[in-house]
Amino acid sequence: MLLFVLKRLAQSVLVMLVVALIAFALFRYVGDPVDSMVGQDTTLEQRADLRERLGLNDSFLVQYARFIGRAATGDFGQSYRLRQPVDELLAERFPATFELSLVSAVMALLIGVPMGVYTALNRRGLLSRGFMTLSLIGISLPTFLIGILLILVFGVVLRWLPTFGRGDVVQVGWWTSGLMTRSGLSSLIMPAITLAIFQMTLIVRLIRAEMLEVLRADYVKFARARGLKPRTINFSIALKNTLVPVMTIIGLQIGSIIAFAIITESVFQWPGMGLLFIQAIENVDIPVMAAYLMLIAFIFVVINLVVDVLYFVVDPRLRVQGR
Amino acid sequence: MTVLLALDGLRVEFPSRRGDVVAAKNITLELNAGEILGVVGESGAGKSTIGNAAMGLLERPGRVAGGTVTLEGRRIDNLPPEAMRQLRGARIAMIFQDPLTSLDPLRTIAEQLVTTIRTHLPVGEAEARRRALHLMEQVGIPDPAVRIDHYPHQFSGGMRQRVVIALALCAEPQVIIADEPTTALDVSIQAQILDLLRRLVKDSGAGMIIITHDMGVIAEVADRVAVMYRGDVVETGPTAKILGDPDHAYTRSLISAVPRPDVKLERFPLVEHIESAGPRRDLDLKTHWLGQRRDYQEVDGPLLAVEGLQMLFRTGSLFGGGRHEVRAVDGVSFDIRKGETFGLVGESGSGKSTIARLITGIYRPTGGAIRFAGTDLTTLRSRTALNRHRRQMQMIFQDPYSSVNPRMIVRDIVAEPIRFHKLAGSEAETRRIVADLLDHVGLGARAALKYPHEFSGGQRQRISIARALATRPRFLICDEPTSALDVSIQAQVLNLLKDLQDELGLTMLFISHDLPVIRQMCDRVAVMRRGQIMEIAETEALFERPQHEYTRHLLDLMPKMVKAGDERRTAAG
Repeated sequence: MLLFVLKRLAQSVLVMLVVALIAFALFRYVGDPVDSMVGQDTTLEQRADLRERLGLNDSFLVQYARFIGRAATGDFGQSYRLRQPVDELLAERFPATFELSLVSAVMALLIGVPMGVYTALNRRGLLSRGFMTLSLIGISLPTFLIGILLILVFGVVLRWLPTFGRGDVVQVGWWTSGLMTRSGLSSLIMPAITLAIFQMTLIVRLIRAEMLEVLRADYVKFARARGLKPRTINFSIALKNTLVPVMTIIGLQIGSIIAFAIITESVFQWPGMGLLFIQAIENVDIPVMAAYLMLIAFIFVVINLVVDVLYFVVDPRLRVQGR
Repeated sequence: MTVLLALDGLRVEFPSRRGDVVAAKNITLELNAGEILGVVGESGAGKSTIGNAAMGLLERPGRVAGGTVTLEGRRIDNLPPEAMRQLRGARIAMIFQDPLTSLDPLRTIAEQLVTTIRTHLPVGEAEARRRALHLMEQVGIPDPAVRIDHYPHQFSGGMRQRVVIALALCAEPQVIIADEPTTALDVSIQAQILDLLRRLVKDSGAGMIIITHDMGVIAEVADRVAVMYRGDVVETGPTAKILGDPDHAYTRSLISAVPRPDVKLERFPLVEHIESAGPRRDLDLKTHWLGQRRDYQEVDGPLLAVEGLQMLFRTGSLFGGGRHEVRAVDGVSFDIRKGETFGLVGESGSGKSTIARLITGIYRPTGGAIRFAGTDLTTLRSRTALNRHRRQMQMIFQDPYSSVNPRMIVRDIVAEPIRFHKLAGSEAETRRIVADLLDHVGLGARAALKYPHEFSGGQRQRISIARALATRPRFLICDEPTSALDVSIQAQVLNLLKDLQDELGLTMLFISHDLPVIRQMCDRVAVMRRGQIMEIAETEALFERPQHEYTRHLLDLMPKMVKAGDERRTAAG
């Protein structure tokens, strides 16, 4: 077990190093960092001096190593546009994105998994067919359209919910939370639904397909032949076996909820990292882009690691290698 | 004698768009206490349907359309689902074919046994576990106190089947239906499981129905036999009577098609009553393409000589941990003479198929030499040199369903090697050759435009054979070519192979786990175990006077079908 986790950890570090290389290349070679930092009237000597001080004349490997060293302590330099340290900018925006992602991930799982199971067990039922049709709509409608429709209906016509921003937030240490105020919660509802719908429909279809497969397996047939109760068969046996392969994809989907909250954040003007990233692209704010890239890669790596460990806990076949 | 289970006029239908398919019609059977009833027949005969109908487990949309099922005097075919569920496992239980897939991979044996026991019996957790341990002892699992907390993947196939049996016995059911309980197992394990089943029936006084396609299994364990043919029971009677002196013509021809372990016949007797493969149109091989230009370098010695062949598989990863070597083939040497059929026999995992893959170059050996017509194939590196040799040897695989490309029409499947090796001058010639080949293997030229799924298993194996012949090979490797087929189809395919060998002077390597088939097909045999050859001998000598202990062991385990009425059997063919 420990060996397995260590092995995975070593692989994760490798992945992060490669991503860091890309981020570094972006930082160092897309445009000239010195040009981006100084004004028009800086002399050539000043530029050369700055170049030397920033270590831009060192060899590639030394610069890469320095970049990694700094990145490991969270130092990504200054945002060109906002003239603030990038790590502070991200820390400021991270809670907003994280809360939004967390709520929509929980929503997608809590609704998606039971719906998937239900449609698999009652394949021919009227309700199942209804769910499947709805999920088809959910999977094919683009996120921004759903967001705009929600704003139109609940924000503009009915005027039930706020249409942009995070509402009032409470400061807990460096973390800002919108989960504890009424206006924060009501601001969260529409963006969270918008973000959750695609993942939810994907989970419904995934669980349904896998569970139908498992229900045809010999061990389920044998369990029926032993007269086990339908509840035992459906949940203790079939659902557990369904979740093993589905786990990976659900894990990656949760990662992409965080990574691709960008569109939702733009539609609802949600002050999260996605919005920051969009603005960074518009202004060629390379340090922010590099840091965002690293952070998202890090989140994916962590989720993957957690999924791998979960596999280990759920599937006994991995615990013993060979026989 | 008390009747435990009675089927009376049972009719099972599967409604489909093209009308109802009748899987079982008017089945009347009785199972007595303490008896093993064998139900035998070929695939599609409706054997499993009967078992599933009795259990109330028919797959949708199948349904019981008529007749009754009575369990211990109580009609059960019309019970509501919940009442039927309570009977399943408690009064009537079932054992499935494949022990590798019958157990939930995520839960320990203890959990699975305890859940099943507590579903049917009002006992606590501790008592259920005590019973579970006792059951494991009963089915002969060594060290139950430790093994009970293991997961299914930690057991071998035979042990898993014992676990499956223990699970079926949890609530001491009176009727046990075993659907092909030993088909997925090696002969030695099969013998143990059959022993176990017989002992359990004797000890408990329960009744058992064994559903199988294997006459050998029937001969070993059944007290009475019911023979099924196309959804109908054509004959029922005591085992010795059915096997020795059957009344119905189908039974007679079915029995005659079973390869005989005791004497070698020139050709298999063919079964009437089955899909026939259409008449073969023989080609004049002196003038035909298939017989021409066999411009291979002639050799004096053996066509194929294998010397000290070795194949190691390494498992485990770069990071270490759980790393070990498997010696799949370990110092194997044999010669195959021109024109002979050389058999390789052994249980699963003995390395038979690995040798076939080494010879054809699918794997590269870790040691030893493979000399084909005097050239050591392991030293060849260039693609052209390898292709020149590969053209001379072709392979026929076990599974007729996965060894032909389902998205290609038969013409393209058979023409592929001709096109690849550029053996024909033009596309028109290729098509003519393919048509002739299909005629020659008994499929008919019109098969060329169809897709593989339109053919049965036996017919697909003929496609494979036609494809193998398409390079005009002189060496054919058959890896379990008929073990996925019914006996009657097996007889046809094996006869075809014999005919082709005679006509074309082919040399064959014939791999099988089935000793009677080996006896019918091979001139010489090598017995393999754990990657090594135990004994090589002329086939007749091996069967009559086995030298090695392991050979004797295998021969002892071979199910002996014939107990009486031997002359009658020969006459039937």
